[in-house]
Amino acid sequence: MTQQTQRTQQAQQTQETQQTKMNTWVVEAHNLHKTFAWTPVLSDISFRIASAEVVGIFGPNGAGKTTLLRLLAALLTPTSGRLTLFGSASSELAVRRKVGFLGHESYLYPDLTPEENLTFYGKAYRVPDLKGRIAQQLEHVGLQDWRTMPVRYFSRGMEQRLSLARALLHAPDLFLLDEPDTGLDPRAVSILHASLAEAKEQAKTVMLTSHDFERTRELCTRALILHRGRIAWQSEATLPSPQEFVELYTACTR
Amino acid sequence: MWAILWKDLLLELRTKERVSSLFVLALLIILVFVFALTPEQLKQPAFGSALLWVALVFAGMLGIQRALILEQERNCFTGLLLCPIDPGQVFFAKFLSNVFFLTVVEAVVAPLTLALLGLPFSVSLLGLPLVLLCGIVGFSALGTLCAAIAVRTRAREIILPLMLLPLLVPLFIAAVHVTGALLAGEVWTGTWFRVLVAFDVIFVVIGWLTFGFVVQE
Repeated sequence: MTQQTQRTQQAQQTQETQQTKMNTWVVEAHNLHKTFAWTPVLSDISFRIASAEVVGIFGPNGAGKTTLLRLLAALLTPTSGRLTLFGSASSELAVRRKVGFLGHESYLYPDLTPEENLTFYGKAYRVPDLKGRIAQQLEHVGLQDWRTMPVRYFSRGMEQRLSLARALLHAPDLFLLDEPDTGLDPRAVSILHASLAEAKEQAKTVMLTSHDFERTRELCTRALILHRGRIAWQSEATLPSPQEFVELYTACTR
Repeated sequence: MWAILWKDLLLELRTKERVSSLFVLALLIILVFVFALTPEQLKQPAFGSALLWVALVFAGMLGIQRALILEQERNCFTGLLLCPIDPGQVFFAKFLSNVFFLTVVEAVVAPLTLALLGLPFSVSLLGLPLVLLCGIVGFSALGTLCAAIAVRTRAREIILPLMLLPLLVPLFIAAVHVTGALLAGEVWTGTWFRVLVAFDVIFVVIGWLTFGFVVQE
């Protein structure tokens, strides 16, 4: 009887361990291919990202970084291959609710105020206690005093900060950022980095594309280099030093 | 879905661009015809009916283009697609907002047109709101679908009318026939009315089912 109980417990533990491992894969990409008008943009992309990882995607212009993030955000469908987020297809509504995307453009309606823009996105994502959440996010990005001014009159940095608030409004578990610090002033960059550090502390998964390894290194737990639509290099458990990375990057993108 | 509708109404309240431009264009089209045709021609139901629909189609096209521009600025349409909303619901929200704005404009333009044409208000005209609504529903369903295709193209302002106008021909013919019969005090619930209703049903269902594929990049 005792042996049988032990066996049952062991079986349960093994099952739970397997389940936990499966649950920890936030992103699983297997042999992903994406072509635009018969031109391959991404080829043979395979990787897995666990919960609480911060992954930096580096590569020269045209390497396929944005396309990869757009695939992950379900804005594109892969031509072939398998892509799952949280164990399900990236296009599923329940999955999309867990994803926050910060792109090159703000996706904010210029004629609406920050409050109105966030109210729209908050309603679309069914954010609980929306008013409180909006106030919190606007304070976080330092725009509480501009909450009633139409976004049209905002500077690029202010708009990008508001876009950050939009992307974080529904407290996503997976945060995708496409070159988030491009064209930002130092204050906006520090707000962005603080948000990423906070996400890291909260064990959220972050994937970001960047050209600046030195600046993003502190935040990243992993890095990969894309070149001509392929993964040219993936980091091991520890990240290389900036000097080593530059050498690697040069060798990979030659 | 309600979030998108709320946002579209709020944008219109803020900009006041859509309804005002639609109204002005519809009125200008009608005035051009009023000046171009003789009073005898204007009193013919066939002319009045055609005029009403020409104004609605061109003003409606402007409205759909305007809605497209609002979504395209800052690539907001992509932001909309990122939201966890079923594409079918996005279609319905955009479709309903187009129906709403066109109905508001037509509620003013249609009686004004009848007055300008000197057509008598009679009991038979009670069916006119229903016919106009049927036309607006079909136009908005097809227009929303075509706009979603056009928004991804480079020459979107040209592509939209090029796609929309030929596909609107059955709706236009049916609507003109039904309205003509209404203005003439004849039976209007015959075959053409059924064509009009069938057009509405077909394109609302097609829009709802295909919107997800259409908006994929």
